[in-house]
Amino acid sequence: MKIPLSWLQEYVDIALPSADLADRLTMAGTEVKGIQVIGDGWENIVIGQIVAINPHPNADRLRLATIDLGTEQHTVVCGAPNLNLGDRVAFAYVGAQLIDGHSGEVFRLKPAKIRGVVSKGMACSEKELGISDSHEGIMVLPAEAPIGTPLAEYLGDTILDADITPNRPDCLCILGIAREAAALTRQSLPLPEVKYEQAGPPIDQQVSVEIAAPDLCPRYCASLITGIKVTESPLWMQQRLLKCGMRPINNIVDITNYVMLEYGQPLHAFDYQKIKGGKIIVRRPASGETITTLDGEERRLSQDMLVIADKEGPVAIAGVMGGAASEVASETTSILLEAANFNPANIHYTGRVLGMPSEACMRFERGIHPELVMPAIERATQLIVQLAGGEAARGLVDVYPGKAEPEPITLTTDQVKRLLGVDFSLDQIVGALTSLGFDCQEGASEVRAIAPYWRSDIHVAVDLIEEVARIMGYDNIPTTMLSQPIPRQTPDPILSLKQGVRDSIAGYGFQEVLTYSLTSLEMLNKLLPESGSVEPLPLRVANPMTLEQEYLRPDLRANLLAALSANMRYEEDSIKLFELGKVYLPKEKDLPDEPEMMCGVASGSRWGRSWHGGDDAFDFYDAKGAVEGLLSQLNIEASFVEGKDQSLHPLRQAAIVAGSNQLGVVGELHPKVSLAFEIPEAVYLFEINLSALLPFTLGHRIFQPVSPFPTMVRDIALVVDVGVTHQQATDIIRGFPLVKQVAIFDVYSGGQVASGKKSLAYSITFQSSTHTLTDEEVNKVQQKILDELSRELGADLRA
Amino acid sequence: MLQKLKALKANAIQELESIDIAKELESWRIRYLGKKSELTQILRSLASLPIEEKRAVGACANEVRAELEDNLRQKEQALQKAQLALSAQKESVDITLPGRSFPRGHLHPITQTLYEICDIFGSMGFRVMEGPEVEWDYYNFEALNIPEEHPARDVMSTSWIDYETDSGQRPMLLRTHTTSVTARTIETMSPPIRVVEPGRVYRYEASDATHTPMFHQIDGLVVDKGITMGDLKGTLYEFARRFFGEERKVRFRCDYFPFVEPGAEMAIECLNCGGEGCRLCGNSGWIEILGAGMTHPEVLRRGGIDPEVYTSFAFGMGIDRLPMLRHNIDDIRLFYGSDLRFLKQF
Repeated sequence: MKIPLSWLQEYVDIALPSADLADRLTMAGTEVKGIQVIGDGWENIVIGQIVAINPHPNADRLRLATIDLGTEQHTVVCGAPNLNLGDRVAFAYVGAQLIDGHSGEVFRLKPAKIRGVVSKGMACSEKELGISDSHEGIMVLPAEAPIGTPLAEYLGDTILDADITPNRPDCLCILGIAREAAALTRQSLPLPEVKYEQAGPPIDQQVSVEIAAPDLCPRYCASLITGIKVTESPLWMQQRLLKCGMRPINNIVDITNYVMLEYGQPLHAFDYQKIKGGKIIVRRPASGETITTLDGEERRLSQDMLVIADKEGPVAIAGVMGGAASEVASETTSILLEAANFNPANIHYTGRVLGMPSEACMRFERGIHPELVMPAIERATQLIVQLAGGEAARGLVDVYPGKAEPEPITLTTDQVKRLLGVDFSLDQIVGALTSLGFDCQEGASEVRAIAPYWRSDIHVAVDLIEEVARIMGYDNIPTTMLSQPIPRQTPDPILSLKQGVRDSIAGYGFQEVLTYSLTSLEMLNKLLPESGSVEPLPLRVANPMTLEQEYLRPDLRANLLAALSANMRYEEDSIKLFELGKVYLPKEKDLPDEPEMMCGVASGSRWGRSWHGGDDAFDFYDAKGAVEGLLSQLNIEASFVEGKDQSLHPLRQAAIVAGSNQLGVVGELHPKVSLAFEIPEAVYLFEINLSALLPFTLGHRIFQPVSPFPTMVRDIALVVDVGVTHQQATDIIRGFPLVKQVAIFDVYSGGQVASGKKSLAYSITFQSSTHTLTDEEVNKVQQKILDELSRELGADLRA
Repeated sequence: MLQKLKALKANAIQELESIDIAKELESWRIRYLGKKSELTQILRSLASLPIEEKRAVGACANEVRAELEDNLRQKEQALQKAQLALSAQKESVDITLPGRSFPRGHLHPITQTLYEICDIFGSMGFRVMEGPEVEWDYYNFEALNIPEEHPARDVMSTSWIDYETDSGQRPMLLRTHTTSVTARTIETMSPPIRVVEPGRVYRYEASDATHTPMFHQIDGLVVDKGITMGDLKGTLYEFARRFFGEERKVRFRCDYFPFVEPGAEMAIECLNCGGEGCRLCGNSGWIEILGAGMTHPEVLRRGGIDPEVYTSFAFGMGIDRLPMLRHNIDDIRLFYGSDLRFLKQF
């Protein structure tokens, strides 16, 4: 909402500097986003009068205008088509700062020789002055504009640009802001009396109004003005509309807009002659009904909307836009003026469905009050009579099925203190409310307040408390710390799990990324080299912004691999990324499951190229190592079994299981998937469902006593079939008494081992908790281990 | 004899000079100063010489001996020094070469910020609550005094889930704010309540330098007997003091959110211009940080809490903006671009 201070000042005395006023309004809820000063650069521009017009000796299109500035006269070359003797214009001296009418750039006026005639100065268009975009001719000022006066003094202004919150439609007008300013500076706000002459037959004999949908139209008022002439509106009105960001059209339309900006009530002017039968019917559209609106579009109406119709059909979409057929045009002589109130939700719905947000729409949908209709239509009728000539019919049509008596709200000083934490006196409370136009009845420690009609946002006591707080000033609310005991807290265990996992994985060198929760089917299908399409279909957004963000991710992999692929283009030679976040798994007729997942990927060389050497590529065991480290830190007993994840390499993957639950996977990405994501190197991936893992966290570890007796270490090398796993061997070794620890230190196949065989070398640590072991004792156990390995796995001791 | 001594000395010194290994010094010593050396023999033979000659040769021989011993000592020291210098060259490390790195991952700046915020509120007795990101219209809007066709819905353009009920309604959406968790908390917990609710939120919006269709918020809720707007101010000022620093000025002004009354907005003095007014703060000198207010009695009542017994405040704040301000990041999209060149800086 743009607020020219010159207009505001007609209602309230602004003694404060504009920045201070802006600050006061902002603190009290009307946020002033900007302050624009018109005429800031208008030095060397004064008001002049054209006293002579002569042809240019060398050009047909140009003329020489002599402009009287009171104390001096200047003759300048002028190309404008609208030069008229006696007109008052804005004259710019050489040196004035103007805006180029064609390029829009700021320039400083220099003396010029145009087709052989020297011109020092110029008459300016609105665009050149920065008032509007109009550059068809020079700006013509009103006849009373004082010659010789600087233009800044006459037309200059300061405009506040305020953000009006949706609860305050009453502030979407000059009068509303004036009320706020008056309350904040504790002034009264005298309203001018609106009077106009009424003549001719009573309006009832010429216009009738029927409200067929009183639930959507609480009030409809109409006035009739005949014998008017449609012309341009006066410059002062055009100026005010422009400053408020509206385009002048003609005097009638301008008046309806002007009164909307002044009072906050949207109005609509019909050409009375085009309203069939002089009858207005406010009703829901019939099935399939259409209307061509003012912008020339044909609109299909639904039965959930509301139209203004005459005897034959719709003439306007109520509160949203008028119809083209009853539009006020240059030949119009009679105006049927509408001021009405409509159901806010219905207007919002119509504006939204038809995609037609408008100034009127915005005011109706926020809930302006039906009482506003009467002062606004009187004001607009007065202006039409005054500025367009014509005669107002006697009386007004006023159909008001939604009239309701305002309810008083009781507020006690205790309630104010209870909520704000500050003890405002009853006098202060009543003072604040009264300054805003509330009708207050004081009791001993309470006030019964009736909100003024324009405050449609006041319903309950807390609404009054906010009014008191903002008028007294939020700065006067004390700053206190919570003094109540801290409530008993049982934090959700997933929170600390997530934090622990993030910290661990980042500690292993993985960089955390956050990717969008939304992705595309195409992206998800890249993960599935076998089936090719994701099942079940993930949750879809009905109104996706782009096709890349249409489906809610059922896993973290797709976006993470895309991130990996993108980073490879920057030639990072060692990339490790992880993301921790929710995935969304659809459920029948319910919100989806949103388990917390963690996925990590690694590709490239383990350490990156370094002068230390060791430029090895990542392999399966890097990914597995990260998972093992994490599981160990979280104290989770899980094992790795053969996996069947189709996104992973069929021979290089494992499922992470605890009991009968799969917690995740680890493995090398399937080469086809790498290819699909345009990743030229092998990718190692792990993915863990943290929500599934949570029940398996064992909690606090139980201390194991440390044996005071020495350990004995024996190394053995086994030759087994390549199909025998490390797991099988260690499971057997671990099963023997005195075995404290088993570590594999070599895996070998090739040269010295027969084909089809491999060698596994273990270091076995023996220890007893009761005595010092002897060689003999250990030899015996070791032999038993070897026998068992030989029996179970066909293992030979490697010489 | 004297001639002989002279020649011997010259020989010995010349030989000594050519030695560059400590080991050879010993054989030199034996050769020239040892028991069987020529010099020792000369000294031993002195007795047989006539007295005059004995005196002259004796003095000369002793002189030569002292001189050779002195030279040997110097040579020893010189060789030792050279040896030290040599080993220093071999054993020293170039301390400017990079160390063997322990590859370190970084937490995302948004995660870091969330941890920090939750820590600050945690120290004031707030616990963390989370809620679903795919949400019912009811918790995102209805329960918060934002019925259908309410203009407040317009500023939160919504992404709707492609799901229709049997009656043709579309009640599932991507939550537009974490205040939906507040609506759930009010319904499921009983007072006293003191929680913060962080998480992802979504808007139906095109991306640009200051907008992304997904970003992060944190909401807060306190419900207890005797909670006042003063407590709200105190809590938020304390947060601002700890997050932005002691000296940062704070503004608390009236604002509107349908689920609070009275409503407020907190802004901090612009970090870029210090309140002078610049492009970052839209020339106002202030940066809006959060919306807040006293929870609307209707919202409490709808969730089963009696507003006559309890009072409550609530607040909600965008997260992404905070690291942007702190680290001078000018494009919010960088957070979700997964570019290591960006992320590794934090």
